[in-house]
Amino acid sequence: MTNQDKVKEPLFHIVKRDAIPAGKAWGIRVLAILAALVVCAIVTTVLTKDNPLSVYATIFKGAFGSARKTWVTFQDLSILLIISLALTPAFKMKFWNIGGEGQVLIGGLAAAACMIQLAGKMNNVMIIICMIVTSIAAGAFWGFVPAFFKAKWNTNETLATLMMNYIATQLVAFYTVRWEVPKGSGKIGIINQSTELGWLPQIGNKYLLSILVAAIVTIGMYIYLNYSKHGYEIAVVGESENTARYVGMKVKKVIIRTMLLSGGLCGLAGLMLVGGINHTVTTTIAGGQGFTAVMVSWLAKFNPLTMVFTSFLIVFLGRGAGEISTRFGLNHSFSDILTGIILFFIIGCEFFIYYKINFRKSNKKEEEK
Amino acid sequence: MKRFAALLLSLLMVVSLCACGETKTETSQSAEVKTEASNTEETKTEVTEPVKIKAGFIFLHDENSTYDKNFIDAAKEACDKLGIEYVMKTNIPEGQECYEAAAELADEGCGIVFADSFGHEDFMIQAAKEYKDVQFCHATGTKAHTEGLDNYHNAFASIYEGRYLAGIAAGMKLNEMIENGKITAEEAKIGYIGAYTYAEVISGYTSFFLGARSVCPSATMEVTFTGSWYDETAEKEGANTLIADNCVLISQHADSMGAPTACETAGVPNVSYNGSTASVAPNTFIVSSRINWAPYFEYAITKAAAGETFEADWTGTIATESVLLTELGGAAAPGTQEAIDAAKAKLVDGSLKVFDTATFTVNGEAVTSCMADVDTDAAYEGDHEVIVDGAFEESTFRSAPYFNLNIDGITLLNSAF
Repeated sequence: MTNQDKVKEPLFHIVKRDAIPAGKAWGIRVLAILAALVVCAIVTTVLTKDNPLSVYATIFKGAFGSARKTWVTFQDLSILLIISLALTPAFKMKFWNIGGEGQVLIGGLAAAACMIQLAGKMNNVMIIICMIVTSIAAGAFWGFVPAFFKAKWNTNETLATLMMNYIATQLVAFYTVRWEVPKGSGKIGIINQSTELGWLPQIGNKYLLSILVAAIVTIGMYIYLNYSKHGYEIAVVGESENTARYVGMKVKKVIIRTMLLSGGLCGLAGLMLVGGINHTVTTTIAGGQGFTAVMVSWLAKFNPLTMVFTSFLIVFLGRGAGEISTRFGLNHSFSDILTGIILFFIIGCEFFIYYKINFRKSNKKEEEK
Repeated sequence: MKRFAALLLSLLMVVSLCACGETKTETSQSAEVKTEASNTEETKTEVTEPVKIKAGFIFLHDENSTYDKNFIDAAKEACDKLGIEYVMKTNIPEGQECYEAAAELADEGCGIVFADSFGHEDFMIQAAKEYKDVQFCHATGTKAHTEGLDNYHNAFASIYEGRYLAGIAAGMKLNEMIENGKITAEEAKIGYIGAYTYAEVISGYTSFFLGARSVCPSATMEVTFTGSWYDETAEKEGANTLIADNCVLISQHADSMGAPTACETAGVPNVSYNGSTASVAPNTFIVSSRINWAPYFEYAITKAAAGETFEADWTGTIATESVLLTELGGAAAPGTQEAIDAAKAKLVDGSLKVFDTATFTVNGEAVTSCMADVDTDAAYEGDHEVIVDGAFEESTFRSAPYFNLNIDGITLLNSAF
C-alpha cells in the first residue's frame, strides 16, 4: 500500500509558502488581473461579437470618457473609500463590523432630518453644523450598540451589526413615508431644491468636497492606525485579547472606542451622500457599499493607502462595466458578471501568494530518490 | 482526467449559454446604430424631412419590469419610426445617478432626454436647469406646470380610461362566473394589488372598479399595497392573500410578474397592466391596459428637433392612442370585446365620464366638491376644485393623476403612504 502511494503521487500538491517578496506578490496580482481581463474579453466577445480591445476602451471610457465621468468616478471612489476606511479599524481589531450599510444609512437619515426639520428655523450654517454633528453621532451610535453588547456580554458582533442594518433601512422607509412629496408617492425627492438649505458647500465643483474629505480621512486613518497609541491597542486586541489584557489594556474600552470611530466615519459617509451628493434619502442610498467596503478593506490588507487603489479598482470596474451594458444594449446583469469575474481572479490570486503548487516531478528524479 | 473532462463540459455549457444570448444582443445593437440615413424613405408621418436629433432615455429598471419594458418598446418604436439615433440607460436609481445619467446624455449630444420613473423628477429638473439647450421630458411627474422651465416637461396619459375598460372586461368575467353558478352575486369580490397608496394607484384601481361595477353592480373590491413599484415576492404574496380572502378576480398596479404568476397557479382570472402577461398566465389572463408612450415620444422628439417649444404638461388620451388595451386573453368572457368597444366609443365622444359623481359615493354621500393637490407641495394642500359638471375631472389640470378619494365598495386592507 505504502509502495503504491509513492508511485501514485498526485499530479500536484499544495504547499504553504514561507514568505514571498513584495515584488513577486505584486507580480502575481498583476497576472491575475491580466488573466481576468482575458476571460472577460472572451465572455464579452462571445456575447457582443466585438473586438476585446474596443471593449476595454469602453470600460475606460465609462470611467474617464468625459470630464464629468472622471469626476463622478472619483466621487464614487471617495465615498467607497470613506466607508472602507471606517470599517478598517474594527476589522484590524477582529471585530467583524458588517453593519457599514446601516451606519451609513442612519447617518444619512440624520442629515436629511436636519435638512427637513430645521429649514426655516435656523440659518444655513447652523443647519450644516447640526447635520455634521448628528450624522456622525447617529453613525457612531449605530456602531456603539453592537460594540457595547460585545464588550459587556460577548455577543456575536457579526449578527448584531448585520441586524442593525435592517433597523436602519426600516427607519429610513418609515421616515420616507413621513416626509414624502407628493402624498403616497413613496419618495422624498430633492430636499430644499429651491433654497438649497443644508446642502454642503461646493468647493470648486460639486464633486470635489467628498474627494477632499476622503483624502483627509485616508491620511488621518493611516496615521491613527500606524503611529498612535490607539492604533497600537487596536492591533494588539486584534492579535490576542488575552495579551492585551495581560499588558493592562482595557479591552472593552478599546472595542467600544473603535466602534464609535468606525460607526462615526460611516455616518460621515452618509452625511456626504445626503448633504453633499444626493440631497435626498432613500433606503437604497448606500447601495450595498457597506458590504463592498468589507472587500475593499480586506483586499488592501487593512492598509489605508492601499485601500485607495483597491476601492479605485472596484469603482473603475463598476463604472466601466455599466458603460458596456449601455453601449452594447445589454442587461445590467452583464456588468455584474464582468465585475464578478474580475473579483474572482483578484481574490483567488491571494491563494497563490500564500500557497504554491508543486507539480509531480518527473519519474527519473523519483528513481534517483 | 475525469475532472478535466468535467471542466471542459462546463466550459462548453457556458459558451453555449452565451450563444443563446446572442440573438437578443444583436437586435438591440442593430436598433441602436440605426441612423437617419436608413429611414429617409419614411414619408407617411407628418415629418416631411428627416428628424435630426439624438434622444437619450433613462429607465429605472430594464426589460424585466413590465413598466420599463412598456417604455423601452415605445422608445424603440418611436425612434426607429423617426429614424433617429438614441442611447438608453437602464437601471438608473432615483437619486443623483439620474442627474448624472441625464447630464452624461446631454454631454454626449442628446438634444432630448426622457426619464420614466416618478422619483427621477427632481433630478431631471436639476439637469434641466443646467442644460438650457436640451429638452428634458419626464413621464408621470407633477412639477413641470409649476416649475416654469422652458426645457422641462411632464407627460402622462389618461390611463384611467383604459383601466375603466379593463374593469368592464373584469365585470363581464364576474357576470359569467355568476351565471355559471360558480359564485353568487354577493361573492363577486375583486382583489387588487397596488404599489403605494398614491393618487396614480388610487385613480387606477378606482376607475378599474367603476368599470367592473358598471357591468356587474354587485361587485366589491379589496386592495392591498406592497409599498414598492417592483417587488415580485410582495406582489405574489399580495395576490395569494387576496385569493385566500375569497377574491375571485385579481388585478394589479405593480410592475413585476408576481401577481399574474400567482393567479395562474391558483387558477384565478387576472386583469393585467403595462402589457400582456399572457406569456406567464395563458389560462387566466383576461386583458391588460397600458399607456402607449410612442405618440408622446414622437411628438416631443419632433418638436425638439424642430426647435419648437412644446407643452410643459402633456396628457395623452384614448383618442390619441396613448391608452391601449391588449388583445383579450383566453380567460375573457364572451361579449367582452363588444362591451369594451361600446364603452370606448362613448369615452371618445365624451358621453361617458369615468369618474361621474353619480356612479360613486364616499362615506355614503355623493361628492360635490373636491380640492385636489394639483400643484405639488410638502403640505399636500388642495389647490384646484376638480369636480366639474358632476364629474371628477382627472388628468385635466395636470397630466399625472390626482384622484385620491376612497369610494364606497372598495376596502383597503392596508396602506403604504
